[in-house]
Amino acid sequence: MDLSAINPILFVAGFLVAATPLIFAALGELVVEKSGVLNLGVEGMMIIGAICGFATAVETGSPLLGFAAAAVGGALLSLLFAFLTQITLANQVASGLALTLFGLGFSALLGQSYVGVKPPRLPDVNFGPLHDIPVIGPIFFSHDIILYLGFALVVAVWAVLKFTRMGLILRAVGESHEAAHALGYKVVRIRTLAIMFGGACAGLGGAYISLIRVPQWTEGMTAGVGWIALALVVFASWKPWRLLLGAYLFGGITQLQLNLQGAGVAIPVEYLAMSPYIITILVLVILSADKSAAPASLGRIFHASN
Amino acid sequence: MMRLEKRPQASRAFSYATPVLAVIATMVFGGALFAVLGKDPLASIMTIFWEPLFGDFAFYYRPQLLVKGAPLVLIAIGLSLGFKAGIWNIGAEGQYIMGALCGAGAGLAFYPAESVFIFPIMVLAGALGGWVWAMIPAVLKVKFGTNEILVSLMLVYVAEQFLASASLGLLKNPEGFGFPGSRNLQQYASAHNGELFAGSGMHWGVVAALIAVIFAYVLLARHRLGFAIRVTGEAPRAARFSGVNPTRLVLFCMGMSGLLAGLAGMFEVAGPAGQITIDFNVGYGFTAIIVAFLGRLHPVGILLAGGLMALTYIGGDIAQSQLGLPAAAIQVFQGMLLFFLLAFDLFTHYRLRLGRTEVA
Repeated sequence: MDLSAINPILFVAGFLVAATPLIFAALGELVVEKSGVLNLGVEGMMIIGAICGFATAVETGSPLLGFAAAAVGGALLSLLFAFLTQITLANQVASGLALTLFGLGFSALLGQSYVGVKPPRLPDVNFGPLHDIPVIGPIFFSHDIILYLGFALVVAVWAVLKFTRMGLILRAVGESHEAAHALGYKVVRIRTLAIMFGGACAGLGGAYISLIRVPQWTEGMTAGVGWIALALVVFASWKPWRLLLGAYLFGGITQLQLNLQGAGVAIPVEYLAMSPYIITILVLVILSADKSAAPASLGRIFHASN
Repeated sequence: MMRLEKRPQASRAFSYATPVLAVIATMVFGGALFAVLGKDPLASIMTIFWEPLFGDFAFYYRPQLLVKGAPLVLIAIGLSLGFKAGIWNIGAEGQYIMGALCGAGAGLAFYPAESVFIFPIMVLAGALGGWVWAMIPAVLKVKFGTNEILVSLMLVYVAEQFLASASLGLLKNPEGFGFPGSRNLQQYASAHNGELFAGSGMHWGVVAALIAVIFAYVLLARHRLGFAIRVTGEAPRAARFSGVNPTRLVLFCMGMSGLLAGLAGMFEVAGPAGQITIDFNVGYGFTAIIVAFLGRLHPVGILLAGGLMALTYIGGDIAQSQLGLPAAAIQVFQGMLLFFLLAFDLFTHYRLRLGRTEVA
């Protein structure tokens, strides 16, 4: 075992990259849950985003177009969920599972001819002299634009939820859909938009895995990141800043176990690989006691009949 | 304008019609999907649903129906108990893996001794493995209020890593020339879950699945615990007032579904699969979720749904080899089925009214 093989600067830069898919997916889900909807289909929307982004980037040669396609793909798939839960009033847990099962199959179908293909690379943002600052430069100023977009999105979601009328309405719908409906807000429409935002974010997160983090396409490559994102929302008690913190924590763990694998630690690879999942469970256990932050209408079906 | 009106009571007719409608809609849209893929839609659908039952090689495929259907039914029966009560164990895939690992491990521990007791011990070990794996989310839920959906799902990934570790290390065949994977249990008479009647496809897992169906039927229809499950699902508040103990219910439903999933894994590894390999699991634990819903969470319905889903697996394999239909297309097909089912279920609880919407 040779721990000195782990370069701390590359490690930190790496965990920022590892955290980004989680940030996107979890942030989208946070907004969805704030509107009172539990969408368990994050994994499905992510994998659809991963393949849509990958295929578009390969075909057009433009990674940015790929990310746009991923957002559209994720949002389109989430519309299916919105239709099931908002129009046909189906159970949200079952519909989310359906979305994940369908998404995993559909992505495999779409991605058949893309296995083993190398996607075009998204260049890093040019920060000029900032990049050359020792330590800080390689950690913070040597990434692609999407990583910074993820961070900006956290700030934006936080600000919108906290300071704007739109955020207030969204939260009102999530806390009490009857009251919001009585005030004249279109509960179904607002929730559908929130679900689509969640889908687009999950799609971006998925594409970040297939285009930047890995970068290649394999079936089922999201490997539970969508589910960890769901856990992360609980971990963050529905607060964007805590979500960011949580994503970095998980990104750090993922990166650490990969680095330890690389450094040849005496722990078998399989036990290292299962560690992010076990830590997710532990974190859930520690934080489950306090559910007061959860939106009061979370997961309840709304029908404006009475 | 159309509007929805909640039915005072769920429609029985629609409750039965929904799965049929969903299957028809899936055939139509699935056919369209196959057409997009450049395959003849009618031929594809015929290959999937007709060929295994009445085609030229049906004598070979019909037994397969039992082989593929048994684990699906076994797992789905367990899941349906929890789903009925609003307890969501979606990590059956993990429990299935752990059942297989424990079952195979118990059997291989005796290798090469031959005894009639080995197989029963394996059955117990398999059930125990699945049960323990499901008790983790159950206990965490009742002790700490942890979300059982997320924990059970996370444990699938953990179980997959255990599977990889076992097939590369602990359970690796010492005479396997370095290839990953355990000894083949089909070549170990005492541990082999073989066909009970040659050529029938009937193995102990099929028997267990049928027993589970009967057991679940009696439990739900006649037993106090079954009543508690149904009441909790339909009216949680009423259930609390009537003295249902939610803790016991969670432990029972999760435990039972884990136990059955573990059994399914054990019967599979000792029979049709034969050995523990890295990719031994093929997603029965997830497909069983579709089976449970398609069967309306009713034991008899699940039996039928399990058969239908097994048919799509076998027919999908045939379509793959004969028509070149990609394997993923069948997965999409199965996912679609759940979508349509959930969508059509609207009419079980609501009726569509035509007419002007009045201002409330």
